[in-house]
Amino acid sequence: MSTTRLGAPLRHLILLILTAAALAPAYLMVTGALKSQDEFLRSPWSLPTSPRLGAFRAALGDQLAQWFLNSVVLTVAAVLITVTIAAMAAWGLVHWPFRGRDTVLALTVSLMVVPPVVLLLPLFQLGAKLGWISTYRIVIIIYVGLMLPFSIYLLANFFRAIPASIFEAAAIDGASAWRTFWRIVLPLSGPPVATLVVVNLLWVWNELLLALVFLQSDSKKTLMVGLTGFQSRYSLDIPTVMAGMSLAVLPLVLAYLFGQRYFIQGLTAGAVKGE
Amino acid sequence: MPVATTQAAPAAVAAPQPQRRRGPNLAIVPWVAPAALIILAVFGYSLFELFSQSLQYQGTWAGIENFKLVLTDPLFLTAIWHNALLLLVVPVLLALSLGVAILLLETKRGLRGYRAALFFPYILPIPVVGVVFGQLLQLNGGLNEALRSVGLAGLAGDWLGDPSRALWTMAAIIVWKEVGFGIILFLARMLSLPADVFEAARLDGAGFFRMHWNVTIPQLRGIVLFYIVNEAIVMVSWVFNYVYVMTNGQGGPGSSTVVSELYIYRAAFADQTPELAAAAAVLLFIATLGLIVSFFRLQRSGEGAFGD
Repeated sequence: MSTTRLGAPLRHLILLILTAAALAPAYLMVTGALKSQDEFLRSPWSLPTSPRLGAFRAALGDQLAQWFLNSVVLTVAAVLITVTIAAMAAWGLVHWPFRGRDTVLALTVSLMVVPPVVLLLPLFQLGAKLGWISTYRIVIIIYVGLMLPFSIYLLANFFRAIPASIFEAAAIDGASAWRTFWRIVLPLSGPPVATLVVVNLLWVWNELLLALVFLQSDSKKTLMVGLTGFQSRYSLDIPTVMAGMSLAVLPLVLAYLFGQRYFIQGLTAGAVKGE
Repeated sequence: MPVATTQAAPAAVAAPQPQRRRGPNLAIVPWVAPAALIILAVFGYSLFELFSQSLQYQGTWAGIENFKLVLTDPLFLTAIWHNALLLLVVPVLLALSLGVAILLLETKRGLRGYRAALFFPYILPIPVVGVVFGQLLQLNGGLNEALRSVGLAGLAGDWLGDPSRALWTMAAIIVWKEVGFGIILFLARMLSLPADVFEAARLDGAGFFRMHWNVTIPQLRGIVLFYIVNEAIVMVSWVFNYVYVMTNGQGGPGSSTVVSELYIYRAAFADQTPELAAAAAVLLFIATLGLIVSFFRLQRSGEGAFGD
């Protein structure tokens, strides 16, 4: 963009140092997985002299794959349901405006800041009463609930910005609300839906507190809960722990490398005015 | 994508009402009902239950006794003091992410690479961050090793085990992980500013610092405000994951990293004192509410706001 003083070399030097700081732990993790325990303890920063894959084999032998699958199921279900329900609600609110609608929307948005830990105890007691502890359904319902405020807000804002003339044309053609939604609104909504999917995926995938409390049985654990206990299981075997961590982040890193654009656009939507 | 919604269609189709009516049109019901039910169950029910529990002891009315107990519990006071200290992270995050965003704004070559690397920590799961930093920060771990090798052995220490350092170590890890979000947020906003503003400032002969201090940053007012409040809320009520994974759910060493969320979690599930957990949760809820209300006040007093 604009090039002012503050020399380019200095700028690049600062940025390179920060880049190194951002990536150093990942370096430590991957090289640590390829080294022997002794080698790691002696010189944590050196490259592995004779890379070994034993740690990866050991980590794969654990339940990583199962936890991973559990997380995939939970995340996909929660995000899909959230986006569907949020799109319906947002469209309803935009299509049939009523007195007090904006207040309803504002109240919904303000729920975004309620810390999950506040809701934890009553929801847990409710779950216990229903016998739903260690079931996905209660976790999915809670996740959907926590994601809905932001999702509805974002989509309602987007739907409101669609020119009214498009809807009028559809109404003249005799299109029903459902048809208008399905044929006109949704096809236009690619960008905000992509944003929601990215933001919500990242949130559910990395969520720990609720998963920890609600999914107690070993076969239901999510990747995050499993990883949290992983270290104590292998506390004396650093390479295996590091290999487990490397494997666990691999899909996320691949998704990030190939879909960086979506991550960044998704998370900064709203920062750019009028988008 | 939303295949699951087809069943709601007939009800909506059966109501070919004209749009833009004043009173509520009942055709809206099937569209809004699923969201409304889930929100009421997750937020409405829980908040109601929470408030009523915080005023009871084993099913009988206890007035404000639970609140008295919590507010005189040294551990709770320690916990909220730690949250207050963590608020100091907010200005650090703000300065760092604004500074780096400006550096990136000035950079053409390698911009994408830098941005990708600097944002990378933000996508990492916190348990992974916890484990890797746990190794990195050992007494003989990577950080101390690096410090010794560059002659800064005096700074080396037990980053996680020393009670006087542990909270600040935690704060540094939070900065490391969260700063990427601020950077891309501010950069995205800066890149969307009209170029002629910069052009004019440059023609006026503004140097690097004057230009960004007087031109770039003032244009970001709304989003900076949003960021400050957002991060303040994170420090007060969303740091559970860091503390839990770094300290095995204990908040240690001693109570040196206990925060309000961990206090609530432990009161509810480890100590079996749900009344105290409920009272503490109500206090935390009120604190976040206070933060968000002050945000809307500030936002209304200024012009350009976040995402109207």
